[in-house]
Amino acid sequence: MLKVENMNVYYSNIHAIKGVSFHVNEGEIVTLIGANGAGKSTILKTISGLMHSKTGSISFNGENILKVAPHRIVRRGLAHAPEGRRIFLQMSVRENLEMGNYTQSAATMRERMEQIYVHFPRLKERHKQVAGTLSGGEQQMLAIGRALMSRPKLLMLDEPSMGLAPLLVVEIFKIVRECNEAGVTILLVEQNANMALSISDRAYVLETGNIALEGSAEDLISNDEVKKAYLGA
Amino acid sequence: MLFLSQLINGLQLGSIYALVALGYNMVYGIVKLLNFAHGDIIMVGAYIALFSLNYNHHPVVAALLTVGGCTLLAIVIEKTAYSPLRLAPRLSLLITAIGVSILLQNLAQFFFEARGRAFPADRLLPTGTVSIGDATVSYTSLLTIGISVASMIVLTFIVNKTKLGKAMRAVSEDTGAAQLMGVNVNVVITFTFAVGAALAGVGALMYGVRFPLITPTIGAMLGLKAFVAAVFGGIGSIPGAMIGGFMIGLLEVLVIHMGYSGWADGVVFMLLIIVLLVRPTGIMGRNLMEKV
Ligand SMILES: Nc1ncnc2c1ncn2[C@@H]1O[C@H](COP(=O)(O)OP(=O)(O)OP(=O)(O)O)[C@@H](O)[C@H]1O
Ligand SMILES: [Mg+2]
Repeated sequence: MLKVENMNVYYSNIHAIKGVSFHVNEGEIVTLIGANGAGKSTILKTISGLMHSKTGSISFNGENILKVAPHRIVRRGLAHAPEGRRIFLQMSVRENLEMGNYTQSAATMRERMEQIYVHFPRLKERHKQVAGTLSGGEQQMLAIGRALMSRPKLLMLDEPSMGLAPLLVVEIFKIVRECNEAGVTILLVEQNANMALSISDRAYVLETGNIALEGSAEDLISNDEVKKAYLGA
Repeated sequence: MLFLSQLINGLQLGSIYALVALGYNMVYGIVKLLNFAHGDIIMVGAYIALFSLNYNHHPVVAALLTVGGCTLLAIVIEKTAYSPLRLAPRLSLLITAIGVSILLQNLAQFFFEARGRAFPADRLLPTGTVSIGDATVSYTSLLTIGISVASMIVLTFIVNKTKLGKAMRAVSEDTGAAQLMGVNVNVVITFTFAVGAALAGVGALMYGVRFPLITPTIGAMLGLKAFVAAVFGGIGSIPGAMIGGFMIGLLEVLVIHMGYSGWADGVVFMLLIIVLLVRPTGIMGRNLMEKV
């Protein structure tokens, strides 16, 4: 479904992504793990078109989206819930979801919103509240709900568990899994490698702009290097 | 009732400033540009209205030509002068805006001559006065306030309820996140300039009625005053522009009424300095500058 080949990304002089290639198959949950600054967020930003790779290709459903503008990429069914939530803090919960529906028809918006509210009843109760006054966990739910509004085929989540209490982390991962079961392919970036690997099919380990390891989630969970570096074992 | 007539006088002036200040704040909210050419767009609008009315166009036609002309001019400026600098440092953009301002003033001098031309206000709005209590108030004052407030209500509706208006707010808060929602930022930027300029067009008509002598440089002072109103209300804030505009208008009329008409402009700019020292974000200001 998604195939990244030879991605090279620079921040002015910094060579942040150094020839990365990987793929995500339809229906999978794939995780990128890696230390701070390894380049995980940069990879997601490049896929969604906010950054650009100097080389290679990014094919999504068989089409090269390397040079496609970000607002067109969403229309093709690729949603990105970026690092740090990035919800619109001055807008209400409802308006944030409406923004998520931006590429979709207004006629089906209500129905879609109700589907999102099934996953996140908390958002329904607070649909009029200004997003900036939501708790961190609620904001994260809104960020995911907003991304789901566009009916993505592939959803990229950048550290959805960041800053959340353990119980809420479990909750968020449960929702990610439910979305996947409902037919959404997931590309996940996580610091919480244990949790992420437990729901993933496959994973890639990123080290300073390179892919150091790849394999099935089960293999990586029991891999000694991974255990030492990312699972705190 | 001197108080009432002065109040309406101040509100009339203030509503003009508010219309102009809105254009500053909307554009600033989206592209972080202080569009110093904004005042000169109003000058061009005033000339369009003047010529159209002198040509015996129906007032509605003249108004539509003015608003349409300002909108078109702003879109052309945005596409040719600002849009190529989207990734350039903000300072380059600011300098370009000043350049556009000077260009417009010089073009106006070239085509319309430097001498002042009388604005046929009586062909645009009915003359005459009404009495409210003991106060006599001109129709034009009331109509100016009414038309300005109506324009602001339409704007508020656009910004809060329409899809493009919501996209505008989203882009102004977080451009990257808005793009991830599928918003075409270029379209939103053009739309913002267009709406700001349409309000400037209304402002040009109201300015002509209030100060019926048009020269190529009227935009400069009007632009600066509206800029003070924008800063006073809170740069980037739409309600801030409205409140700031009305406050500056009332302040000016108050200073003049107290007999210090020579000081009116000075007091306005003194206010700018005080606001910048005491509360740089303005009265409605959020920390819009603090964006990552
Ligand atoms: N805007 C930027 N300008 C310059 N360098 C940047 C910028 N954003 C990221 N980088 C650099 O690129 C590298 C990769 O950053 P990235 O944000 O992709 O890391 P990450 O794996 O997501 O880290 P984290 O787990 O901390 O979120 C880092 O060295 C970072 O310093
Ligand atoms: Mg990151």
